[in-house]
Amino acid sequence: MTRVEHATRSSRIGVALIGAAVITLAFAPYWGDRQTLRLLAEMFTFVTLASLWNLLAGYAGLVSVGQQAFVGLGGYLLFALAILLDVHPIAAIPIAGLIGALVAIPVAALIFRLRGAYFAIGTWVVAEVFRLLAAQVSALGGGSGISLPSSVVQAMAPTRQMREFETYWLALGLTVLVLAAIVALLRSRHGLALTAIRDNELAARSNGINVGRLKLAVYVLTAFGTSMIGALIFLQKLRISPDTAFSVNDWTAFVIFITVIGGIGRIEGPIIGTIIFFFLRQTLSDLGSLYLLMMGAVAIVVMLWAPKGLWGYIAERFSWQALPLQRRLVLEKETGGKP
Amino acid sequence: MPDAPLLEVKAIDAFYGDFQALFGVSLAVEARQVVAVIGANGAGKSTLLKSIGGLMHPHSGEILFAGSPIAQMAAFDVLHRGVALVPEGRRLFPSLTVEENLLIGGQSRRPGPWTLGRVYELFPMLAERRDLPALALSGGQQQMAAIARALMANPQLLLCDEISLGLAPVVVRDIYARMPQIVAEGASLIIVEQDIVQALRAANHVYCLQEGRVALQGSARELTREAISAAYFGV
Amino acid sequence: MPWLNIILQGVLIGGLYAMFAAGLSLIFGVMRLVNIAHGDLIVLAAYIALMVTQALDVSPLTSLLLVVPVMAVIGYTLQRGLLNRTLGDDLLPPLLVTFGLSIIIQNGLLELFTADSRKLQAGAIEVQTFQLMQGVWIGILPLIQFVVAIGVIAGLETLFYRTALGRAFRATSDDQSVAQLVGLDTRHVFALAMALSLAVVAIAGVFLAVRANFDPAIGPARLIFGFEAVVIGGLGSMWGTLVGGIVLGVAQAIGAQIDPGWQLLAGHIVFLAILAVRPQGLFPKVSG
Repeated sequence: MTRVEHATRSSRIGVALIGAAVITLAFAPYWGDRQTLRLLAEMFTFVTLASLWNLLAGYAGLVSVGQQAFVGLGGYLLFALAILLDVHPIAAIPIAGLIGALVAIPVAALIFRLRGAYFAIGTWVVAEVFRLLAAQVSALGGGSGISLPSSVVQAMAPTRQMREFETYWLALGLTVLVLAAIVALLRSRHGLALTAIRDNELAARSNGINVGRLKLAVYVLTAFGTSMIGALIFLQKLRISPDTAFSVNDWTAFVIFITVIGGIGRIEGPIIGTIIFFFLRQTLSDLGSLYLLMMGAVAIVVMLWAPKGLWGYIAERFSWQALPLQRRLVLEKETGGKP
Repeated sequence: MPDAPLLEVKAIDAFYGDFQALFGVSLAVEARQVVAVIGANGAGKSTLLKSIGGLMHPHSGEILFAGSPIAQMAAFDVLHRGVALVPEGRRLFPSLTVEENLLIGGQSRRPGPWTLGRVYELFPMLAERRDLPALALSGGQQQMAAIARALMANPQLLLCDEISLGLAPVVVRDIYARMPQIVAEGASLIIVEQDIVQALRAANHVYCLQEGRVALQGSARELTREAISAAYFGV
Repeated sequence: MPWLNIILQGVLIGGLYAMFAAGLSLIFGVMRLVNIAHGDLIVLAAYIALMVTQALDVSPLTSLLLVVPVMAVIGYTLQRGLLNRTLGDDLLPPLLVTFGLSIIIQNGLLELFTADSRKLQAGAIEVQTFQLMQGVWIGILPLIQFVVAIGVIAGLETLFYRTALGRAFRATSDDQSVAQLVGLDTRHVFALAMALSLAVVAIAGVFLAVRANFDPAIGPARLIFGFEAVVIGGLGSMWGTLVGGIVLGVAQAIGAQIDPGWQLLAGHIVFLAILAVRPQGLFPKVSG
């Protein structure tokens, strides 16, 4: 009799710590001020976006520089649903996710014809098309964008404080949900297939894994998550425009840098990367474009000399994992322990 | 004073990752000499040639060519010193024509007797097909083209890795028939061969490798069949 | 005949797009590298030309004499110093490093030159036209740029297929190890390819700067135009890239005529349509 075990001592500690952190964060509205809540919500957003990008690039091998397409799509869908169809803004979030996932299917049909770096640029083109189309929709403000009308804003909650608590909890909830879903996926046999694809696509194919279908599934699921985050981001901002919705810098550059520095292909990477990113941002305050320049340089250095990122280095050095994702075969009916 | 050998391989160890392929292998080649390296599959013959040619680097030991150490040199530097490798599987450049393959063989512009014209004299069938894409040639013709490409660099030492592989015996004989001319023009040869008969016929000196070690070496004429079988199969 | 004029304009700008694409295509052909910073390097060349024309008080055309070699040296150094380290089987490093490079160049230019729009002045030639026939005019400058673009592509084709350097490029692209066996230092060959690519980028950058306003942020769009021209025309074919550029230029021109906001969209839609219907491009070459 054999079974597969996922947990290790470090992962049990990790899960406990993360669980404690989530509970503490859930109570943040009671111990934190407005600024802290906004900062935390922003961090949650980036952890989620980076985790989804990591799933796409680090596990499915699909490097996209166009995920801003779905961030913006999610945002615009939320505004469209709330303003034009009178949908409650919070209900609009999962609906935006669903529609984003549906849109991802024909998009994938087109851009999956491209490979490698050409695929990456293809995703960028798609984002540009979405941006240009959004600028054509005059009902949502055309090129200059639109603000969320106060009727919609009031529908969320009567006071501003309540609204901010709501969006905070939504951000935390969405992050926990997305991360849990990713962990569940990676622990499943599909996750094993994904790891196989990441390590050697040709070998995976010859072992009967339907690579194309799995990649499509991951792309669509990532679009689902990214669209929901996009909806939440712009619900929080209360205003949307084509340039902010589909900004490469905000939704792709930072996300990529976070994941690279934290560690690609490891689920803990985006979390570590986000903490580092925001720490740097707070300490270096407002350097504007110089900050982006430095991030680019750091990302290059990390990519060349520490390609597994900070967490990758730590995890290999100490054999740690914060979440139970390892697969170990355990033989029962053994005299000693398995090495 | 005796002349130093053209090539001296001194007790090299070669690894593929953690797997050791050569254990303290030593070999020497004199000027205008033909040395054959035989052995079963996996004995380390190709590894030895790749180490001399610069595609691999030994973890210990020395390789001296014309007195200078070349063991840690990059392959393109080794070529410029005068050692040319005809790789296993011919490996002509698919995007180039036959003639372009020969021309790029000569891009190092090393001085010597081999020019495009002379190479075409040695292999007339290549001249007839000079403008064809390299892969349009038959196996035997591709092998000749690969040898010709290496000759264009005017090497003092030519390394031939399994040139008989996949070719009909009559084609192999045809190729080997041209070896004496190559030696006459001034090059030494190391030929790695699975075809023992052909190897012994062409060579002055023979090394037999077995599981990464030199099991036997000697003059081609003096070694007996029994000794070779014993060394080859490790019996 | 307004439509003929429009299509002609589209054809002529297609030449410029083909030049954006040529450098990209060359690098991909030789070392399977897609340089995400390609568009930003075009903009960098434009700014270098700006500095040269201002410092030395010369025309943009004359500035090419300096800009081309400077960009070539930048290309050689960039490849040898940085990008050679990213080459290999894994596709993440070259992609992410060139993406990082793109961000660095954009923000570096932003710091040095601010976000103000600039333009290079070429003088009277910018507005001169000549009449091809009744009702049809061609701009002299666009025509010159188109002719130069054809020259560049013809030059690259000649270099690739009729010179020793071209042989070295093709051989190294085919088989890196065996290229070393014939004495080619592949690090040097790759660096030369990048130097050549950036030399073409230099010409494209100067032409861009004379033709229209530029600022640090317009790089990614040029990358996308070049990329679309390559995909429409067919991977591996230089002349196909010219056709791709022309198709893109014409599509944009027609789109702009329908509605100014549709200029870029029209180009993207044609690109996506080709991707849907003929993903290998219009004139694909069987590249290795």
